Amino acid sequence: MIALAAVLGVPLAAAFLLSFIAGYRLSARINGLASFVSFAGSLLFLVHRPAPGALFLVDDLNIVFIVLNCFVGFTTSLFSAGYIGHELESGKLTPASLRFYYAMYQLMLFCMSLALIAANIGLMWVAVELATLSTVMMVGIYRTHEAIEAAWKYFILGSVGIALALFGTILVYLAAHPVIGEGAQGMLWTALLAHAWKFDPALLDTAFVFLLLGYGTKIGLVPMHAWLPDAHAEGPTPISAVLSGLLLNVALYALLRFKILLAACPGAIAPGPLMIALGLASTLLAALMLYRRRDIKRLFAYSSIEQMGIIVFSFGVAGPLGNLAGLLQMTMHSLTKSAIFFSVGHVAQVKGTQRMAEMGGLTESHPLLGWTLVAGVIAIAGLPPFGLFTSEFLVVSSSFSRAPLLTAILVLGLLLSFGALLLRLGKIAFGPVRGETAPVRASSAPIFAHLALVLTAGLWLPPPLVAWFRHAASLLG
Amino acid sequence: MGLGFDIAHMLAGLMVLASLLLLYQDRLTALINVLRLHGLILALAVAWQAHIQSAPELFVSAAIALLVKALVIPGALDRIVERLGIHRSVETVGGIGLTMFAGMALVALSLRVMLPVTAGADPVSRQDIALALSVVLIGLLVMVTRRNALGQVAGFLSLENGIDLAAAGARGMPLVVELSVAFSVLIAFIVIGIFLFRIRERFDTVDLAALEAFRGERR
Repeated sequence: MIALAAVLGVPLAAAFLLSFIAGYRLSARINGLASFVSFAGSLLFLVHRPAPGALFLVDDLNIVFIVLNCFVGFTTSLFSAGYIGHELESGKLTPASLRFYYAMYQLMLFCMSLALIAANIGLMWVAVELATLSTVMMVGIYRTHEAIEAAWKYFILGSVGIALALFGTILVYLAAHPVIGEGAQGMLWTALLAHAWKFDPALLDTAFVFLLLGYGTKIGLVPMHAWLPDAHAEGPTPISAVLSGLLLNVALYALLRFKILLAACPGAIAPGPLMIALGLASTLLAALMLYRRRDIKRLFAYSSIEQMGIIVFSFGVAGPLGNLAGLLQMTMHSLTKSAIFFSVGHVAQVKGTQRMAEMGGLTESHPLLGWTLVAGVIAIAGLPPFGLFTSEFLVVSSSFSRAPLLTAILVLGLLLSFGALLLRLGKIAFGPVRGETAPVRASSAPIFAHLALVLTAGLWLPPPLVAWFRHAASLLG
Repeated sequence: MGLGFDIAHMLAGLMVLASLLLLYQDRLTALINVLRLHGLILALAVAWQAHIQSAPELFVSAAIALLVKALVIPGALDRIVERLGIHRSVETVGGIGLTMFAGMALVALSLRVMLPVTAGADPVSRQDIALALSVVLIGLLVMVTRRNALGQVAGFLSLENGIDLAAAGARGMPLVVELSVAFSVLIAFIVIGIFLFRIRERFDTVDLAALEAFRGERR
């Protein structure tokens, strides 16, 4: 109960409180404190879980997502304190939009946690919808031409996706109706899963197509990915970190839940091949697109599409090992990508631009930012000794025995993106110094925390963690 | 019981018809009026579902549909059009014949897809869901064929109406869910309103071609 109040109640109360506080320092502190309390609350779930109720459900699967969500939410709030301070000084944000920013930040965290904890598929949908709307407002916060264009595009594509997901949700209810009967029971996870074997398979298949298209839009799967690079590039960088690190995962979680439901219904189609196809398409296309990027935040946005492709591929291949690999890859990607965005945010502030052509020799001019960026890119490219090497190795080795040809295509995508990222990194981090060289007050603690976790996971995965993830993976079938 | 079913189908069919009407409106004010009609038919359809399902809580949904989708949102859109000074503007919709043909094809498609898979479901919901899917798909088509931000919004709102119809048709859908859906539509509309004004403020137009020039890395 306390944990639930901390994870859900505190962000909601903080959002309300922060919408009245104008002082920058005070709101940054409240924001950080509220996020910390949520994170601490999410850890309490590890020790003691609330009994599954009509509204909330904490089980072995979503607890991984919840803890990750609250952790990245907390570290991003620390990063955003310094970042937003700089934006205020440079006049890109006004004090009025600042109040809005902090309130929306907490509201967004609340919506994402709610989507993860919700036991009711209707409630989950509403939470994802509200999370989308709050991020739309954040993306458009700078009010530049590009930001408004990006926010509008995100809004239109995101809303259509979410609407299709709602249609799918209604179809699931309709499939459950003859078996479970009327009322809220027909939307409750536990009830749906227990009776799924009696559902009409044809109706469930149709529902899954809508859910895959709908939530897939929010995961950023090709060809519904068009909103993602714009939204990442034009919004404030903390939001890019949260979008990549958390919101994509929330949509993925929703999809996984329905995948479990389909797996429990014997006559229904196997969701695997559909997910594999979309995953491969995303990985390959995004890897190719990486080569033509000129904007640094867009570069890493496309890298997120590529990574989500790998993750969806891995869950599509499934099997105990495939699911474990998918979960691990998702966790590592969230941590690494948000660390990269933290560095990139500071770099873009120093250089006054996001164009990569105007950046160079970062390791020389800003050793701290330069080297953390190098470490982050090496990690995201899947090189040892970082955790993404372990997880990508698991993805490839687990899928190779099941689908060798498809795995070969995936590996091609991995190599392509590896090449593109290292090519870009060489120009940005090394070589002659280009652009502004003013010193920067970087909030380095969040970057180091994330990178240290990813590095530790690469060197040594603690057995309890592996056992935990294995158990979560076993739920995915 | 037969008459009750027929009226439910007729109202759902009328919504599809109103969606098709949306497809070829080339004046913004006319577009909003059709949207108002769309919301009104939705409210009637939901109320009728409340009656034949003897589900009093659906009357609440119907009242919300009437208030929000037939009165408040079209009214607000009218005021936005007035304040942005675009009430005279005519927007091109593309070849009407082709668009209408595509719209009809979508209706056929959704009937073809939904009727077989819902064979086991309640007969009223069955038809309603199939027609609701046509409304959703035509809503998407409206969004695709419009060059104007308001046109896209109209398409989106009609799409939401289609989903509302589907939710009302699904017997015993929890009211909490419907209420929160209606609530989120309202929030979405507020977001739309804010952005329409921002687009206008930055671009001096709500024609989306102007926005596209700023897209991506063409800077």
